[in-house]
Amino acid sequence: MKVAYYPGCTLKTTAKEFDLSARAASAALGIDLIEPPRWNCCGTVHALAKDDVMHHLAPLRNLLRVEEMKDQGLVDEKRVVALCAMCYNTLKRSNQAFNTDSDKAGKVKESMNNEAAVYSGGVEVEHLLETLRTHGWDKVSARVNKPLKGLKVAPYYGCLLLRPRGIGVDSADNPKVFEDLLKSLGAEVVDFGYKQKCCGSYHTVYMPEVVADLGNRILTQAQAAGAEMVATACPLCEFNLGDRQAEVLKKYPRFGSIPIVYFTQLMAVAFGLGEEETALGMNKPDPRPLLREKGLI
Amino acid sequence: MRPTPADKTFRDRVKELSGENIDLCFQCGACSGGCPMTEEMDYLPSKVIRMAQLGLEDALATKTIWVCTTCFNCEVRCPRGIDIANVMESLRQLVLRKKYDRISLTDLSDEQLRTLPQVAIISSLRKLTA
Repeated sequence: MKVAYYPGCTLKTTAKEFDLSARAASAALGIDLIEPPRWNCCGTVHALAKDDVMHHLAPLRNLLRVEEMKDQGLVDEKRVVALCAMCYNTLKRSNQAFNTDSDKAGKVKESMNNEAAVYSGGVEVEHLLETLRTHGWDKVSARVNKPLKGLKVAPYYGCLLLRPRGIGVDSADNPKVFEDLLKSLGAEVVDFGYKQKCCGSYHTVYMPEVVADLGNRILTQAQAAGAEMVATACPLCEFNLGDRQAEVLKKYPRFGSIPIVYFTQLMAVAFGLGEEETALGMNKPDPRPLLREKGLI
Repeated sequence: MRPTPADKTFRDRVKELSGENIDLCFQCGACSGGCPMTEEMDYLPSKVIRMAQLGLEDALATKTIWVCTTCFNCEVRCPRGIDIANVMESLRQLVLRKKYDRISLTDLSDEQLRTLPQVAIISSLRKLTA
């Protein structure tokens, strides 16, 4: 199955391990993620002000590229898979605004009228977790040749994967898609109260000390619940909970350390893929010692 | 802090920009209870909504509107169906549209620009600059 895949900026730079592992793990399931020949910034945050039509152009242009891919036969359906929670949220919300608000859609079309083509509205936006759920957890399980047995993993959803209502990949109150995936990989799922709490998002740029407070709270909760590792689905969550552990330690010396990985890296490990595909050397803190200890790599 | 007739336009602008009917809020405080950022705020989100209801432009001078991460925890909790994150955005926009920048890219060191995820840099600029 050939599916259009929108990587976004961060998966090409500070979150390469997410991109590499997702492509490899999906391919192992027969899902080929095909990047558009050209794409642009998604806008990173949805234009919340009702009169802000201009900021819908960037995400919708990317969806237009997906329509072109279908027309050229590069992909099977008018569907695009995103991995970064912010890209997913922005693309999906602009698409929804375009499809439900005819006034807004009219203004967008008017603004795009000197471009080679205009977006029609027919593309479906989904997160890879949704793609996998549709594919079937039994099929994911069937591909596992190194079950993550005895590995206690806490799934961390964060914000934009679940909210606002009607946009999220699962129930905003009681999500289970992430848990289902980890279970199908053979891991021991650890539930904790802060799995849907914000990591501080973009405040990591100008208020890293506040992000350290939130990180301390989230990670301490995960550890208290018995987690040895936290899995994320967003490059900003990964940075705030992983790289920012250095800041957490400065402020809270009693905080130890807990590895943060992308769910796609755990898939690659469970599928028995190689070092290049699991790309575990790029995460901070290094998750490899724990995975070696468990006999998984 | 008594509302004046001129403040009606402020209320109208908040409603128009946010697309939310702030009059529905009955101050239950669920948004503030679930907000992950309240420790950094000077006024709780529910209080800022009350200020906007009353047409008090003081809402624009709160630290709260800049601390909000738009995580939408309030949106899923509000029993009155108000998307409070949208209201916070409208308040930020009312300030930003007067050519105000809360932050500046030039404050970042080369090291920060090299190591911070792009998604963080771009979204902070989108949210906090004119």
